[in-house]
Amino acid sequence: MGKYFINGIGCVSAQDTTNSEKDLFNFKELKENKVSACKPNYKDFIPPAMIRRMSAGIKMGVVASSLALKEANVKIPSAIVTGSGMGCLNDSEKFLRNIIDNDEQFLTPTAFIQSTHNTVGAQIALGLGCKAYNVTYVHDATSFETSIIDAILKLDEEEQNVLVGGVDELANHTVELHKLIGHVKEENTLEKGILNSNSKGAVYSEGAQFFVLENRKTENSYAELVDVITYDAILEEEVTSKLEAFLLANNLKTSEIDAVILGVNGDVEFDGIYQKLQDTILKEIPQVYYKHLSGEYNTASAFGMWTACKMIKNQIIPENLRLNSVEVNSIKNVLLYNQYRGKNHSFVLLKSC
Amino acid sequence: MSNIEDLKLELKKNIIEVLNLEDISLEDFGDNDSLFGDGIGLDSIDALELIVMLDKDYGIRLSDPKEGKKIFESVEVMAAYIAEHRTK
Repeated sequence: MGKYFINGIGCVSAQDTTNSEKDLFNFKELKENKVSACKPNYKDFIPPAMIRRMSAGIKMGVVASSLALKEANVKIPSAIVTGSGMGCLNDSEKFLRNIIDNDEQFLTPTAFIQSTHNTVGAQIALGLGCKAYNVTYVHDATSFETSIIDAILKLDEEEQNVLVGGVDELANHTVELHKLIGHVKEENTLEKGILNSNSKGAVYSEGAQFFVLENRKTENSYAELVDVITYDAILEEEVTSKLEAFLLANNLKTSEIDAVILGVNGDVEFDGIYQKLQDTILKEIPQVYYKHLSGEYNTASAFGMWTACKMIKNQIIPENLRLNSVEVNSIKNVLLYNQYRGKNHSFVLLKSC
Repeated sequence: MSNIEDLKLELKKNIIEVLNLEDISLEDFGDNDSLFGDGIGLDSIDALELIVMLDKDYGIRLSDPKEGKKIFESVEVMAAYIAEHRTK
């Protein structure tokens, strides 16, 4: 295994994250149970002829990847790896609705062509004219982390750089279904924030976060990506031992972690998994959350990694992200832990460089 | 307004909506503007959408897709063809 550096990042989310004048401390907690992404001026990034067929997910992915590549000063990446839990959901819904509404007749090609999960990675490649390795991983809430694993493998095969990211979009019918089964918070507004909501479900949102990974450090480097591991299904009681084993495999003790970034999303049914760690082995470590800013989607953990990059580079934990008040002098080792509804656990370790 | 003028307006509205031509307004959309190439700038995927639109909205089924090249030359030509061949 070599070393992997994050040399460029790009983010489209429910916050104004494409505005370079805004930073983490500017962002406000989401106050509704379903929040669309804050849309950048897409025409600044995508030619008009291409933009008209693109759904929100594709546009967000193209913009986030453009920003990451620009920061890393990479024109054509050696590989593109995308994670998406639900893919281009709007076009999937549109295509299926057309089938029903038109009694399986008069089916047009556009929505079908654009409905697949790998459309985002494909459109990024088309826009760049990039004919390199291009793979999309669909793995629920570990789709992004699975993509990182593949990106690392590609760098080990001596690819120069890999564009890796996660993207998921909101789609009305699917959100309604998730509301029916209690995965979306029942209350439309959350004046007291997700931590005080005391209700089941999460705030649903959408976004795209892309990163340029390279095996060389540059003056733009945000952090070193040390390791990543995923578990689809583990028992709640096993989380602590899995976390400790992950750190041990990287020659670290829990006390050597300078900040832990947790995927707390305000769901009273499953936030207890984080709370147990917060009250025990992570008690003396600065704790950070981000889903009050990003909302929940299958690849929201990529927003967590984007947050980690910002924190490490700026060497500061903004107050609006803190879960506790433990002070930190310097941010060297950062652990990210995410799970969704008790499944799809992931640990990612970043280090300042 | 004559029937053919109504049909041309309807076609323009449908084309803009179905093909998501965000940057083209009804005022910019001339009756004789070339739909493909340097005019409105449609492509082969749009041609498939237009073939389905003819079938669904006007009951015209093109047996030879190559016919489309001539029929889809402009809104003017499309309207004339639809007026002559429509079954609904």
